Amino acid sequence: MSQTLQETFSRLWTLDRDVLAIAWLSLRVSLTAVGIGLLLGVPLGALIAVARFPGRNALVGLLNTFMGLPPVIVGLILYLALSRSGPLGALGLLFTPTAMVAAQAVLATPLVAALTRQVIADADAHLGEQLRSLRLSAPRRAGVLIYDARFSLFTAALAAFGRAISEIGAVLVVGGNIDGHTRTMTTAISLETQKGDLSLALALGAVLMGLVLAVNAAAALLRGHAVKAYG
Amino acid sequence: MDVLRRSFLTLSLLAALDASSPLRAEPASIVVASTTSTEQSGLFKHILPLFKQKTGIEVKVVALGTGQALDAARRGDADVVLVHDRPAEDKFVAEGFAKGRQDVMYNDFVLIGPKDDPAGIRGKGVDEAFRKIAASKAPFVSRGDRSGTHSAELRSWKEAGVDLTAVRGDWYRDVGQGMGPALNTASSLGAYILADRGTWLSFKNRGDLTILVEGGKRLFNPYGVMLVNPDKHPSVKVKEGQAFIEWLVSPEGQKAIADYKINGEPLFFPSAKKG
Amino acid sequence: MSAAPAIHLENVSLTLGGRPILDRLGLDVAAAGITALIGPNGAGKSVTLRVIDGLLQPDSGIVRLAPGRRAFVFQRPALVRASAAANVALGLIPLNLSRRARTERIEAALARVGLSDRAGDAATRFSGGEQQRLALARAWAMRPDLLLLDEPTASLDPSATETIESLIVEMARAGTAVLLVSHNLGQVARLANETIVLAGGRAVERGPTRSVLFSPRTAEARAYLTGELPWTSFAAAS
Repeated sequence: MSQTLQETFSRLWTLDRDVLAIAWLSLRVSLTAVGIGLLLGVPLGALIAVARFPGRNALVGLLNTFMGLPPVIVGLILYLALSRSGPLGALGLLFTPTAMVAAQAVLATPLVAALTRQVIADADAHLGEQLRSLRLSAPRRAGVLIYDARFSLFTAALAAFGRAISEIGAVLVVGGNIDGHTRTMTTAISLETQKGDLSLALALGAVLMGLVLAVNAAAALLRGHAVKAYG
Repeated sequence: MDVLRRSFLTLSLLAALDASSPLRAEPASIVVASTTSTEQSGLFKHILPLFKQKTGIEVKVVALGTGQALDAARRGDADVVLVHDRPAEDKFVAEGFAKGRQDVMYNDFVLIGPKDDPAGIRGKGVDEAFRKIAASKAPFVSRGDRSGTHSAELRSWKEAGVDLTAVRGDWYRDVGQGMGPALNTASSLGAYILADRGTWLSFKNRGDLTILVEGGKRLFNPYGVMLVNPDKHPSVKVKEGQAFIEWLVSPEGQKAIADYKINGEPLFFPSAKKG
Repeated sequence: MSAAPAIHLENVSLTLGGRPILDRLGLDVAAAGITALIGPNGAGKSVTLRVIDGLLQPDSGIVRLAPGRRAFVFQRPALVRASAAANVALGLIPLNLSRRARTERIEAALARVGLSDRAGDAATRFSGGEQQRLALARAWAMRPDLLLLDEPTASLDPSATETIESLIVEMARAGTAVLLVSHNLGQVARLANETIVLAGGRAVERGPTRSVLFSPRTAEARAYLTGELPWTSFAAAS
């Protein structure tokens, strides 16, 4: 164990450009997926929070179910859809970074929507009456509340990023873990573990943690500034 | 609303980031469905740069068990398959998913176990070794994943006259995973396991395990390569796929395979028919 | 009253969480001037404002409003984490003004409440008094026909209160009908032409402010005023 750890540290210094490329791909795929998740999930969650419509409870239930969906199931469904024999096969997206983005976006969106719903419901408790008194439509109220709660929504974005960058099931199945093309930090760690190269796997794990830490720190910094300005 | 405009901007930026890869003029590339043993042995990392240098074609390897690799190819998700389960390969060709199969290389399977060898199989014949393991009920790890290695293991029990369904018990651990994870499990359990020599040689977490039986011809592990039939899947990149296969079986490709060694030991032996 | 009332409620009842809040409430609010709505805690004053604004639907009864725009200023100003100008702009969204007209109105409103130089500052960082001035500026910019005020100066210092009161008077003079809920009877005496006393979800008394405050006719109004007024002897004497 201690020998493995010692090796891990020495190998951290010798990680090569391949690792940088893998880390960059992981970051790119997960950030894009979170971006899409925010674009879809924030308005969806906010609308569910402010509007009353038939089927709303069913939608909330569906979101919560999707939030708990194992990544490998999402990956499998998307794999069957994107396979050449599947309905979207003609797009030729299987085993590409785009497919991985799609899979992680499917994972991120319900999480973002569910967390947004909570945040916006809180903001609505404070501002909702005033906004309704101003005769703003539900989408407009959702928009204003999103703006008002934008710093709290950072948390939703970070949670989605955490889920995306750390999952392996979906990217492995739809990405194929192709060296130099769709290999991410998590699939690389898994591969090195399978090869029995535990110290390299741990070194890669340390890099992944560093990535997540860096993104979280950047977000905390940004949020701190914003909170200072707006309270 | 200001917020919508701003988030839209951010997102288009992100999308542009992502789009930068598919939109970039990519070199010609093919998808090869292959096995975990070839991927994890490091062979592809050695030979693919040579092929790319010569032809400019990028080879994307998706490593699966042999059974899964053939299924992926059946769905049209690969251009070329490189696997090691002769009966399954012949079936693939018979079904019309490939027009033919070519020998590429071989290595062999080895029976691995703990150094203290509780079943006493060291140096024994292959059949006797399998019989002794079953009789002593010493822990044995099976891939259990429809891979070429899994098929070879099941064939070995049969040829040794062991009725696996009758003697199966706690000692027989079916892990349902690739070669590496199965070796990791065997290493931590001190169990016996059938492994391909290539993965074994590149495997680092051996613990107490060592090679106990080398079967030679009896545990022969041949790899075959096939181009997926474009009549079944028009998306197959025939020209590039064919170029890869031809290079693999050419003297140049065969030499590249033979040159891949770990600690001076070759992992695979070229076996393409001359001409 | 020559003109039709700004607000006409008739037999309005509302139960919230199993508790009857409004009990066959009927009242009229004049089309001009300032009308005060007073009464003990729990009398249903805030709920009445919300029913009038349409934020709450009564279980039964008639709510009739003169056509026109309404603005509502709450006891706790509800401001968005954005600039002061953006918060004023929020009230103008449904008006579909031209960009220029909107900017002019925002600037005029901020100038009126003395916040011109802070147009770009974060509204949520303002002091309590500044926030309420801003909320009133938002209502002012909308040029409402009816202004609903729910204890707008409840937690403000005297100077902020003075600014708010002068603004209310100015809007009333410009033709806005004002309905003011307040516990500050001095404020009611200063501002309101008419006063309505609410008790137990019903309007128990309505009349010119002076006569309601100083010579209430009903026992409920007297009981409330006796508790609230410092010059108890006046009420007791009548």
